[in-house]
Amino acid sequence: MIEILSYPFMQRALIAALLTGLIAPAIGTYVVQRRMSLLGDGLGHVALAGVGLALLTGAAPIPIAVVACVAGAVLVEVLRQRGKASGDVGLAILFYGGLAAGVFLSGISGVGAGGLVQYLFGSLTTVTTSDLTMVAALALVVLVPTLGLAPQLYAVSTDEEFARTQGLRVRLYHIAVVSLAAITVALAMRTVGLLLVSALMVVPVAAARNLVRGFTAGLICAVVIGVVTAVGGAVGSFYANAAPGAFIVLLAIAVFMLSWPLSYLLRRRRTAAVLPESVDDDELPAPHTVTESHPHRHAPGCGHPALQHGDHTDFIHEGHRHAAHADHYDEH
Amino acid sequence: MLVGASPVLEADDLIVELGGLPVLRRVSLSVKAGEALALMGGNGSGKSTLVRALLGLLPHERGAVRLFGLPLRSFRQWSRVGYVPQRSLALLGGSKVKEVVAAGRLAHRRPFRPLSRGDREAIHDAIAQVGLAEQLNTDIAALSGGQQQRVLVARALAGNPDLLVLDEPTSGVDLEHQGVLADVLAGRLSAGTAVLVVLHDVGALGDLIDRAVVLSDGRVAHDGPLGDLGQHHRRLGGHEYLDHGRVAADDHGEGAESWLGGAVEP
Repeated sequence: MIEILSYPFMQRALIAALLTGLIAPAIGTYVVQRRMSLLGDGLGHVALAGVGLALLTGAAPIPIAVVACVAGAVLVEVLRQRGKASGDVGLAILFYGGLAAGVFLSGISGVGAGGLVQYLFGSLTTVTTSDLTMVAALALVVLVPTLGLAPQLYAVSTDEEFARTQGLRVRLYHIAVVSLAAITVALAMRTVGLLLVSALMVVPVAAARNLVRGFTAGLICAVVIGVVTAVGGAVGSFYANAAPGAFIVLLAIAVFMLSWPLSYLLRRRRTAAVLPESVDDDELPAPHTVTESHPHRHAPGCGHPALQHGDHTDFIHEGHRHAAHADHYDEH
Repeated sequence: MLVGASPVLEADDLIVELGGLPVLRRVSLSVKAGEALALMGGNGSGKSTLVRALLGLLPHERGAVRLFGLPLRSFRQWSRVGYVPQRSLALLGGSKVKEVVAAGRLAHRRPFRPLSRGDREAIHDAIAQVGLAEQLNTDIAALSGGQQQRVLVARALAGNPDLLVLDEPTSGVDLEHQGVLADVLAGRLSAGTAVLVVLHDVGALGDLIDRAVVLSDGRVAHDGPLGDLGQHHRRLGGHEYLDHGRVAADDHGEGAESWLGGAVEP
């Protein structure tokens, strides 16, 4: 670990990874809440158009990509609000228009589409000091409203109509969310890359939902997962000599996979704490009254009301509760 | 019940179109402070459309809406309005009960400021009023349909509104818990809050209702005391639904009444 920190390029790489891991899940929480999980992906393609333009004009790529990305995001959001395009059609136009423009512009700039690769997959170890300053400034621009306006953004993302009756300017907040997501995508092109940044906006959020209860707790948990996997992936890729962007995203997906069984265990512990102490099986007299001849076979949807009873289902049959047991039904 | 003189909510000759088709045709109504108005009518009669137009959630073609004497366009005092929608995406889960209810304080709050002590008290108070104090930290998706409905009521109460607009708050709620809602509304009414409540059937709220407006095919078919509505229906179909604590305020006139007559034991 100390060895890593002695390289200035790795210091910059780790800080850039940390900032990406911090802001991508933070804004991603609202994007996922609005069911626009693929927004980041579409914005990544638009950022590519910005990179192409930067290659053509010789300007710095990040600022141009930020402008292109925000403009594309606002355009799609306005079209959606006006009812001119549904969410997914708007995103599709964003995808293909951005990608085509990026490849086209890089082609006529003489660099060719190959020049785009480092932005598609990120190049954490080549982050310069001026890149880092830019990334840090933009991260602050994203983080301040994401946390400071959390109650407003939460309300707008979960129940738009109610938010309007609270006097919130819902359209402006929606535009703010997509713009902040656009900035996040554009600055992540130096870290995890444009193709993979969307994963860092979505996967930690999904994992956090399995692990904690509530929106605020989910936001905090997602940010923690994002920071840990981003820094962990950057360190891991140094030793494994692997691509950092890919390493970071695979690590985040691993956390998500682990969150499944973990959520099951957590829920069982919570339920156990709420329920009264379970009775020892040996003490149960095991009531076991067998129904008399029963030609009908109960199954979900058989017409008899089903009732969850402990670990099995009872079917209500002429005022009796029938539970399947071996080849007969028990009275419960 | 304390009924003030000034109308809290007014609609004049409201015309609303959805997809080019008229849904509301010259609807007028008003609710005063401390008054409980039931908005009734069959499915598709325009009840929810009217509620949403009154709150500015839908644009209206013609006519005027005034909230607390101000035209909807220039109305900004949203902290005085509490809205209970019929459905909410907030119920899909991922939020705690107190987080959903906290959204009901937003009109009182400024951006970039944390919850004040008064906000917290109002949130806890509203949750306690609907009987969900034990479920403060429960995920909303883990609640029953009736409990979720009460969370939406608590969210509207948290803002301590002077006008409560509830869209079918009793649908899917058993009579016992309708009683909880009736108590809460009675408390608000005596404090001077105006209540506009969309009801499919009067249920446990019958005693609170001062006046009923019945919509039929986008028009006001009745505006008067609930008791008269019983008469109105007796005249139309000869069934005394009020005696059963239910008003089948159907908007299809006599044909539908006789259809209902066939379905309900006389």
